[in-house]
Amino acid sequence: MTAPNSPPPSGAAPGVPPRRRSPFTVAALVALIAAFAWLIWGGLNKNVVYFLEPHELIAKGPGGMGVPVRLGGLVRAGSVKWDAATRDLQFDVTDTTGMFIHVKSTGVPPQMFRDNIGVVVEGKLGNDRVFDCTGLMVKHSNEYRAPKAGEQPKNMYKSLMKGAGA
Amino acid sequence: MTRLIALDSLWFALVVSAFGGVVAPLMLARGNRKWLSVGQGAVYANFALVTVAALAMIYALVTHDFSISYVAQVGSRATPLFYTVISLWGALEGSILFWAWVLSLYSALVVYTNRNRPGNLVPYAASTLLVVALFFHILLTGPANPFHLVSPVPPDGPGPNPLLQNHILMAVHPPLLYLGYVGMSVPFSFGIGALFAGEGGSDDWIRLTRRWTLLAWGFLSAAIIAGMWWSYEVLGWGGYWAWDPVENASFIPWLTATAFLHSVMVQERRGMLKLWNMNLVVGTFVLTILGTFLTRSGIISSVHAFTQGTIGYYFLAFIACVLVGSAILVAGNSDKLRTEGRFDTPLSRETIFLFNNLFLTVFMFTVLVGTLFPLVAEAIRGVKVSVGEPFFNRMTLPVVVALLFLMGVGPALPWKRGSADALRKKTVPGIVAGVALAVVVLALGARSPYGVLAFAFGGFAAALNIGEFAEGVRARRAAHGEAPLTALARLVAANRRRYGGYVAHLGIFVVALGVAASSTFRTEREATLKPGETLTLGRVNARLKDVWGREEPQRDVIGATVELVRDGVVHATLTPRMNIYPMSQQPVPTPDVRSTPLGDTYINLMAFAQDGSTATIKVINEPLVPWIWLGGGVICLGAVLAGWPARRYA
Repeated sequence: MTAPNSPPPSGAAPGVPPRRRSPFTVAALVALIAAFAWLIWGGLNKNVVYFLEPHELIAKGPGGMGVPVRLGGLVRAGSVKWDAATRDLQFDVTDTTGMFIHVKSTGVPPQMFRDNIGVVVEGKLGNDRVFDCTGLMVKHSNEYRAPKAGEQPKNMYKSLMKGAGA
Repeated sequence: MTRLIALDSLWFALVVSAFGGVVAPLMLARGNRKWLSVGQGAVYANFALVTVAALAMIYALVTHDFSISYVAQVGSRATPLFYTVISLWGALEGSILFWAWVLSLYSALVVYTNRNRPGNLVPYAASTLLVVALFFHILLTGPANPFHLVSPVPPDGPGPNPLLQNHILMAVHPPLLYLGYVGMSVPFSFGIGALFAGEGGSDDWIRLTRRWTLLAWGFLSAAIIAGMWWSYEVLGWGGYWAWDPVENASFIPWLTATAFLHSVMVQERRGMLKLWNMNLVVGTFVLTILGTFLTRSGIISSVHAFTQGTIGYYFLAFIACVLVGSAILVAGNSDKLRTEGRFDTPLSRETIFLFNNLFLTVFMFTVLVGTLFPLVAEAIRGVKVSVGEPFFNRMTLPVVVALLFLMGVGPALPWKRGSADALRKKTVPGIVAGVALAVVVLALGARSPYGVLAFAFGGFAAALNIGEFAEGVRARRAAHGEAPLTALARLVAANRRRYGGYVAHLGIFVVALGVAASSTFRTEREATLKPGETLTLGRVNARLKDVWGREEPQRDVIGATVELVRDGVVHATLTPRMNIYPMSQQPVPTPDVRSTPLGDTYINLMAFAQDGSTATIKVINEPLVPWIWLGGGVICLGAVLAGWPARRYA
């Protein structure tokens, strides 16, 4: 495409006062942008939440304690303890390395929560090396695949399905 | 057959766009006027060709033609017809096709409505639109081709993503979003066209696109609200906004578009901010493309990121081309974009618009940085991070409060020169309303500082905008002796643009009130109940009646019947459900909501025993949430009022 032929800026057009930015305006603008950048940087540093697997969090040692993180992994088989009366939920989150972190939570586990399912837990690792969970999500897989045999929810809930046989 | 027709149409559309978008303006620039009609013809032809391709896709979806890759990806014989049709925009390739069609429609309408206008502005704008179309045709014939041949032909498909076929709003939100997003290419094309035609300094392009900008802005506003509503009704967490990257992607261009709607008035009235407006228009367009890139390339995985692919590079290259090209054009025209007026006093409406633009830009950059930071961190340092809600809330709430303040002061100030005395007198009702609202919410138990400030400044802005109507009505009644409602109707009819703007302000206030109230006063409780047991939250008594299961053609449903009881009488029955789709590994929550003007009772089924003996439900008390949806409607009404072609002039 052709660029429009524009004459080089030669002074001001008639009736238009020549524009000159005073050093004050420029300084104020720079100060404003700097302050804004500093605010954003500070805000980011304070509020960035790391997504870690158990072995990564363990590797951080004491540095990983007391800071909000999102811990991702699998529910370790056989580790789930759930007390319906106190709504006290405990389980271990593990990863492919086999290392695991003990997680304490309050609330009813999500429907699909079970051994070996992918979870993301939000919270902080305490000094006692127990992870205090403030949010528990069963991990969504972005790819949709047919559930494997035995995973089909319908089979699990057959007793509730009318016409499916109890 | 369907496949060949569609693919041929897309290839023809690609050639036509290249011809009308690149060759025609080159010939036109050499003074060859015959090429004017070629450019116009290319726009209409592109519209016809893309329409054929889109209809072919819908036909293939409806007839379950699984030999076409997109149908094999999102279609299923069990999916109801309605959700089959709307799965046109359910995944990457189809939504790119839909985008290209909306763009071709806008282009045709723009060229048709301006067909008799002399000069080169419209032809160059049309060519710019065709260049954008060319990009999407390259995607559609390349990395996002929805019409690949599948062999052997599968007998059935997986059906659309469960989250997308679980609610009627999925038929509403994406088309609105595309109408808003794509609509922003109209002011962009006119801005670029004006630069090419050497008319960058005149306000013609702004006057010609004012209604188009409002239209796109109205659609985008509606789309954002509809998206919040969908999130509220489908995701089951009882919220509507989580600063998810994909929500941000729709919101970021809205901020610059809103800034543009205000700053154009300064250009029209005072001949100032020309360069700035050009930048806003280009910026808004680039942000819509960036938003599509974020949502459609799968680069940020979020609840919305359904798609993965390689087309990200195409988007990045296109964004780079637009930025570099626009920068060169704007720099080459900088002498024409010089300001004519100057700011007289700090106390004037144009100053308020300047601050409005400053804060909206700061808002935009904050959200943009917070959205892109995880990508940059992962690319540079190899760490996976997320930027939490606290960042966005802490950084943007002061800006929101400042904007609410400006929304009240702006209408109270005249152009050019305002006086402190007049302003003081005019803002009294606003201050009274703001303080009153703050006292009320403090008495109700609100303690978060920004929550209270949002109420205070929201009340301030609302009172002053209503005051503008009251003052106008009073003047008309005094002058013409009209009845109040007649006076109001005629006042608005005579100054649609101005009062449409104030109506939109009131809509923003209603939304802000809904958001402030629901985030300040929300309460929730969760319990595992046996049938007959009751969960009590405030004045709500939710009694579990039973847990049941049901088979539907495309899914299985597990539900709980929950009765809301007051004084021993059942006054409402809610049925929160879990919908289980065959291709999904986990149930899709389907909460049930009972709305009253003062708020919602939101019940979600969290878990249940497999023998139906217990159900865990979460009850959330959501004050004023319906006001958010209502406010969205008011905003759109304002946009319609301001943009509707007027027959009478004040």
